Amino acid sequence: MYRYDEFDATMVAERNAQFRGQIARRLSGELTEEQFKPLRLMNGLYLQLHAYMLRVAIPYGTLSSRQMRRLAYVARKYDKGYGHFTTRQNIQYNWPALVDVPDIFDDLAQDELHAIQTSGNCIRNVTADQYAGAAADEVEDPRPYAEMIRQWSTLHPEFSWLPRKFKIAVTGAENDRSAIRVHDIGLRLHKNDEGDFGFEVIVGGGMGRTPFIGHTIREFLPREYLLSYLEAILRVYNLQGRRDNLYKARIKILVNAKGAEEFRDLVEAEWRAIKKSEIDLPVEERARIKAYFAPPEFEDLHDESVALNERLASSSEFARWRRTNCANHKIPGYAIANISLKPIGGIPGDASDAQMDAIADLAEKYSFDEIRVSHEQNLVLPHVKKDDLFAVWTALVKHELATPNIGLASDIIACPGLDYCKLANTRSIPIAQKISERFADFDDQESLGELKIKISGCINACGHHHVGHIGILGVDKRGEEFYQITLGGSGAEDAALGEIVGRGLSADNVVDAVAKLIEHYRQARQDKERFLDTYRRLGADNFKEALNDAA
Amino acid sequence: MTLLKYSSGQFFPSIAEGQVEVALHEWRENPQVHADATALVISNDENLADLVCDISGFDTVVLEYPSFLDGRAFSQARILRERLHYSGEIRARGDVLRDQIAFMVRCGINGFEFADGAASATEAVAEFTNAYQAGVDEAAPIWRQRHRRARAA
Repeated sequence: MYRYDEFDATMVAERNAQFRGQIARRLSGELTEEQFKPLRLMNGLYLQLHAYMLRVAIPYGTLSSRQMRRLAYVARKYDKGYGHFTTRQNIQYNWPALVDVPDIFDDLAQDELHAIQTSGNCIRNVTADQYAGAAADEVEDPRPYAEMIRQWSTLHPEFSWLPRKFKIAVTGAENDRSAIRVHDIGLRLHKNDEGDFGFEVIVGGGMGRTPFIGHTIREFLPREYLLSYLEAILRVYNLQGRRDNLYKARIKILVNAKGAEEFRDLVEAEWRAIKKSEIDLPVEERARIKAYFAPPEFEDLHDESVALNERLASSSEFARWRRTNCANHKIPGYAIANISLKPIGGIPGDASDAQMDAIADLAEKYSFDEIRVSHEQNLVLPHVKKDDLFAVWTALVKHELATPNIGLASDIIACPGLDYCKLANTRSIPIAQKISERFADFDDQESLGELKIKISGCINACGHHHVGHIGILGVDKRGEEFYQITLGGSGAEDAALGEIVGRGLSADNVVDAVAKLIEHYRQARQDKERFLDTYRRLGADNFKEALNDAA
Repeated sequence: MTLLKYSSGQFFPSIAEGQVEVALHEWRENPQVHADATALVISNDENLADLVCDISGFDTVVLEYPSFLDGRAFSQARILRERLHYSGEIRARGDVLRDQIAFMVRCGINGFEFADGAASATEAVAEFTNAYQAGVDEAAPIWRQRHRRARAA
């Protein structure tokens, strides 16, 4: 994992001192709320429905045990004993007091944590594959590049007052777990025919009220030019992105208005003119950063674990968790263990301070001190010996963290919705809870296979409904909460935007409708076909009819 | 409104001399008519990428911040310095927030029409010892400092 040197530590300390001063200027009236707002947002501080909300950065979703304990401590000391892990791999606290915020930041900084650029019209905290450095399908570890982007984008003098927020995601694997095609910039590390590593650069994806799948503007960018190429994209966007209309200010609107080719030409022309030696890191600095992400000292193990096999044979519950929540590791004898933050009937992404502490202990003991956050609002122990999986599972069960549902019907993404958010039209969490309860049966969920249900409480799409196999969008109709279903979306390598089916439904009816759609899939499915594949094979009309027939 | 000029970490109050201003598009259309102009005013929707004319004769280039949220002039300033090698004064006009002055300096702006005094601006640019990125100012980015330090060790 990356560790701060004195430069990084000084940067965060000075940022905290600056924000302490800005809060004081706000409280004294020197700053108006209008002037203070962008400053507090760039420090992760929102004013929500009931209170301030603080979003703490977890750069590329990577945490040490120490850092997780610090997050638990903040939840305990300054909040109501829990935190909410988000779709951008960060954590949000829902109840901090403004007066405590500078102290929270000083506490966080003790373990190299901060809230820099978790909001605001700037380059946001970068996200990456949660299985980075562990995944069997990985070409190269994306974390060193994510860290380079973190440093480059932190307090960027030119790009801190962009037309709108800017999100970058990086993966180095074949299977896209980072939704790179629905980001402002998505980066996919791959190897070309000559055996060189570089990035596919995807620009202009996004969700919100005008969703787009991103366009590839470069198939292969040699990795040493990453930062200068990003700089070229950001400069074109900063100068030409729309500032007259908040809803048309994201880069996706610019890219799609100009067309991907013209946009690419602008970027390439800018990139040719840019002084790369002042932006791209020299080989020594890249090597320095990369060294922090060297693989941990894996043991030389057989891939088959006798201990694991015995436990699998004796506990069907453990065997189920092993099937649903573990993924293949690139090193023989190891596995990636997912920790579901989606208990049946629970709030997606929430974890208590005690759970965070327990996970920190497990990571320390069994996963080389590493924890990851996924954009699907779960946690990951990336490097667990297969021999240890049973011990990990036993501890997770004790802390109600062993729900066997990763990628299944009850592993739902939901935005905070009207329970917390001032932009929301409807509640999201209760819908997630009801669907989760409806599909509580784990045999049933497992037999249905991969099914991504995503719920947003308004058109801003924080719950990623556009890319849900089943998406649910909350809309306000004359003061009543209604929910619109979309089908066939995907945020993965087969990225697609869902299509709207049927009319808006009430909170009760939308859960029934989801059940009907799933039942239709169950009848129509061929072999082990996923919901998404059945939908793609049969088409929207087929599913629409099913929804109407049964009504 | 005070006019501040920046040099080597310090801001100095300055007297706005009677400069003759001309907007970029007017000057481009008819440079002879505006031969006495000393300051070029570039609105923030001007594309400097295709600016082929020589602007080195102007004492000052004025960039506009119609709202402190509008950050286009940061990019324009860098292009003026790094690509067009303009070495005169680049002045920020409009809604200039204390908390943006350090960014402005790093992008090559060295004149400010600013409501607060020089002391406040000098304090603001001193808030950060280092920066991760190379700027137009003389400060070395953190990566270069790391590299120098490693070589010296």
